[in-house]
Amino acid sequence: MLTCKEFLQELNDYLDDVVDVQLRNRIEAHITECPNCFVILDTTKRTIQVYKGMQPQTLPEDVHARLIRAVERKLSGRKPSVG
Amino acid sequence: METETGIFDESALVAKAREGDAAAYSELVHRYSRKIYRLAKHITQNDEDAEDVLQETFLKGFEHLGDFHGQSKFYTWIVRIAVNESLMKLRKRKADRTVPLDEPLDTGEDTVVREIAVWDEDPEQQYSREELGNILDEAVQSLRPVFRTVFVLRDIEELSTEETAEALGISVPAVKSRLLRARLQLREKLTRFFKRKGDDVFAYL
Repeated sequence: MLTCKEFLQELNDYLDDVVDVQLRNRIEAHITECPNCFVILDTTKRTIQVYKGMQPQTLPEDVHARLIRAVERKLSGRKPSVG
Repeated sequence: METETGIFDESALVAKAREGDAAAYSELVHRYSRKIYRLAKHITQNDEDAEDVLQETFLKGFEHLGDFHGQSKFYTWIVRIAVNESLMKLRKRKADRTVPLDEPLDTGEDTVVREIAVWDEDPEQQYSREELGNILDEAVQSLRPVFRTVFVLRDIEELSTEETAEALGISVPAVKSRLLRARLQLREKLTRFFKRKGDDVFAYL
C-alpha cells in the first residue's frame, strides 16, 4: 500500500500516464481507500484540463503588424549566418 | 526558386530560411507568432514585455538560424529563445530581482496540500469566459517564475518533459518536481473558486 506521501510523489507521472502497470495499480488501490488523495487527484487533473481548455491568447493586430514590419526590415537586410 | 508558403514541410521551410529565403522565414513566423506571444505573456505577465519578447525572438531566431541543426523541432528551438528573452525581462524588472530564477529547490518534501475539497461538477459554468480567464491568469501569475515557466511550457504549451528541460536548460527531474509543485499550487488556488458550495472544507480530514 502506498502512503499518501508516496502517492503525491507519483501523482505527476500518473497524470501524465507514464507509470507502469504495477505502480498504476498501487496508485488506484490507494485512491479507493483514501478519499483525500482521491480528491487531490481529481482536482489536480481538472486543474490541468481547465488550463488546456483555455481560449488561446489572440495576437492583437497591431502587435502582429509591428512584428511583421520588424521581421521584414531584418530579412531585407541580410542572410542568416549559416554555420 | 520561389517559396510558396504552405507547400513546404517544416524542415524544408527551415532549410529555405537558412538560405535567406524571406518568404520561408515569414511563414515560420506566421506559424508560431501566436504561440510565442502567448508564452511570453504568460511568463512576463506584461503586454509590453511580451511584445518585445515576440520581436526579439523572431529577430534572434533569424540571426541564429545557422545554429539550428534540426536535432529538435524548430518550435522547441524557437521556444528556447523566447523563454530566455522572457526570463531576461523578468530579471530586469526590479520587483522580480529578489526572486532568482535558478534558486535551488527542494524536491517535493514540502509539497504541502492544505485545502482538500471536492469541486463542483462543472465549476467553469458558474463564471463568464472573461471571469474564468481572469481566475486562471491570476492563479498562474501568483506562481513564482521557476514554477510558472515550467507549468506554462508543459501544461499550456504542451511541450514534453524532455522538450521543457531542453528549453529551460534544466534537468528532467527538475522539470518534474517543479511541475508537481506548480500543479499542486494551482489546484489549491482554483479550489477556492471551484469547490462545491456548502461542503465543509475539512470534511475529509
